[in-house]
Amino acid sequence: MFKILNKKMLNPTVAQITVDAPLIAKKAQAGQFIILRSKADSERIPLTVAGYDREGGTITLIFQIVGAGTAELNSLEKDDEIHDCVGPLGEPTHTEGLRKVCVVGGGVGCAIALPVARKLHEQGAVVHSIIGFRTKDLVILENEFKAVSEETRIMTDDGSHGEKGLVTTALESLITAGNDYDEVIAIGPLIMMKFVCILTKKYNVKTIVSMNPIMVDGTGMCGGCRLTVGGETKFACVDGPDFDGHLVDFDEAISRSKMYADFEQHARDKACKLFSKEVQ
Amino acid sequence: MPDRNMSLTQTPMPTQDPNVRNKNFNEVALGYTKEMAINEAKRCLGCKHKPCVSQCPVQIDIPAFIQKVAQDDMEGAYAILSADTSLPAVCGRVCPQETQCEQMCVRKKKGDSVGIGRLERFVADWHREHSSELPQKPKSNGHKVAVVGAGPSGLTCAGDLAKLGYDTTIFEALHMAGGVLVYGIPEFRLPKAIVQTEIDNLKALGVKIETNVVIGKTLTIDELFAQGFEAVFIGSGAGLPNFMHIPGESLKGVYSANEYLTRINLMKAFDPASHTPIQKSKAVAVVGGGNVAMDAARCAKRMGAETVYIVYRRGRAELPARLEEVEHAEEEGIIFKLLNNPIEVLGNDDGWVTGLKCIEMELGEPDASGRRRPIAKPGSEFVLPVDTMIMAIGTSPNPLLHRTTKGLDTNKWGCLITRNDDGLTSRDHVYAGGDAVTGAATVILAMGAGKKAAAAIDKDIMGK
Repeated sequence: MFKILNKKMLNPTVAQITVDAPLIAKKAQAGQFIILRSKADSERIPLTVAGYDREGGTITLIFQIVGAGTAELNSLEKDDEIHDCVGPLGEPTHTEGLRKVCVVGGGVGCAIALPVARKLHEQGAVVHSIIGFRTKDLVILENEFKAVSEETRIMTDDGSHGEKGLVTTALESLITAGNDYDEVIAIGPLIMMKFVCILTKKYNVKTIVSMNPIMVDGTGMCGGCRLTVGGETKFACVDGPDFDGHLVDFDEAISRSKMYADFEQHARDKACKLFSKEVQ
Repeated sequence: MPDRNMSLTQTPMPTQDPNVRNKNFNEVALGYTKEMAINEAKRCLGCKHKPCVSQCPVQIDIPAFIQKVAQDDMEGAYAILSADTSLPAVCGRVCPQETQCEQMCVRKKKGDSVGIGRLERFVADWHREHSSELPQKPKSNGHKVAVVGAGPSGLTCAGDLAKLGYDTTIFEALHMAGGVLVYGIPEFRLPKAIVQTEIDNLKALGVKIETNVVIGKTLTIDELFAQGFEAVFIGSGAGLPNFMHIPGESLKGVYSANEYLTRINLMKAFDPASHTPIQKSKAVAVVGGGNVAMDAARCAKRMGAETVYIVYRRGRAELPARLEEVEHAEEEGIIFKLLNNPIEVLGNDDGWVTGLKCIEMELGEPDASGRRRPIAKPGSEFVLPVDTMIMAIGTSPNPLLHRTTKGLDTNKWGCLITRNDDGLTSRDHVYAGGDAVTGAATVILAMGAGKKAAAAIDKDIMGK
């Protein structure tokens, strides 16, 4: 059992929890994920590690309440216990040798992008961050990004905070302003990563994306998380979750991500009734 | 003259009616009654040279336990069984006895072999139902051994080591112990409550099981040695599912058998109350001819699919699955499309599977495996209308462990290389067995490997 030591809401649908998990805290690196089950009969949910405290033996997880599984997780409060938590899984984000990087985060993906930006900053790289949200109320981690970035651009779809527009607008302006990035690291919705990659391909800037496909075990057994990368079948859980964005077949990944959309809609309606106090 | 049953045929196994059982997940075979078991046990001639034992990977004293059954001494029979196998209720259900112990049975020269597997199952079930006594924890010898993976090989190795007094800890990546016994083999062939009882017996022997720990990620093998473990057994099992690399395999509705079975078994999608998403299929094609393919097809039928096909590129005689599994599948209405090979998965504009394009095959000359090579018949393409395809064509070993462990050598397929029959890997004090070494094989071969490794680890540590 893994005790929740702290919990706070970052915005109305995004929660941050600190979990007692000493073995995972000792090993976790930016870009890796864990799989948890809230209760004894819950689904296995993969979540990328948003932070860790090696001495304190804790990890931080940030999740959006999108489906029945995350609604159930959100029903747990401080001092409650998560039934199962395994990790760290996947390969860490490679940051060696990078001197100037643009980190692009979209929505709750910013929670995963932040530790990468922080790691790059700590190793002395120049970090530019672009974080995008639909609207002002959903903005998370703005100050945290500013603390580790030479330049931070905040984008909202409706212009209610920061600049109006998409992350690609800001990225293109930074690239055309003469910023010569070793890499762009983009983490967010599939559709955002797809368009970041279309843009960076045009400017020939290497781009790494973090994929979060449907998976069950997360240890290289079920094969549910398969992706086509450069024409080859790759498994996000053991080969990724980071891949060269210019090689990822995004349209296929987007289609596959909707495999259980109907099932989830149904489960969400049920869960909303069960956990309605949390998702108001 | 002892009281012997000279019937040429095995006492039949009572089973659920095929048209009832293909709609539920209850066990197909119902098991012998005590009278049936005693009657069948009396068919054993008690051969002095015990040919059956020679083919048992865990070397159970088969005539001895059967003699106890014939004498109505079921606890005596259980004591003999459990001396050599940690999982008798499992072996009695899923071992391919017909190609092992039963194949060598003298009674088979004229008629059926003795129903060794059925008797093993009966004795294990009888013990579980009649005895609440847990095994005694042996006296500790003060040595620590780590086991990676709580599947058949790991459980067997840990059980044998615990019986010798070792302080044994199993590290399991999933949230539940059992490995393929819980995520792969379906409830109707191996009820999970039975697996749990066998695991509880191991715990009573003193085996510790740490779930949610991935060796190679959460902890490394080097860290296990640093923690005072003197030897490590790796039974991490088979890994990533193979695909055919034909067009359309990424369409929605294409599953690996591992994923499909894991969702149904481990994640309990068969239970309507479960939260686990799974496709509601009408017509399913399962590609492959092994036991895993049969399990996937029979699960699909039980999940409500109207039509379920097995698509296999060779003929019925070449099916790698146990004959019993093939017959059960046929009885349950699974349609066998033999001598057919998939060439493309067809989908609609929304990315869902709509059909499987296949080509007819014929058998040519034997290939390197000794089986006749299937050859495509030009122009014989046709489409099976299905909304789901399940790939059950084997697995490739999991890359996690050898990527993170120095000095652990693998062959070109990624299987761990062992130096000898005892399972010693390229690293001293690190042993391995089961699918991680052999590639996908059977539960009992994995158990045999775990048993041999346990004996070798004992020699290794005691000889230091």
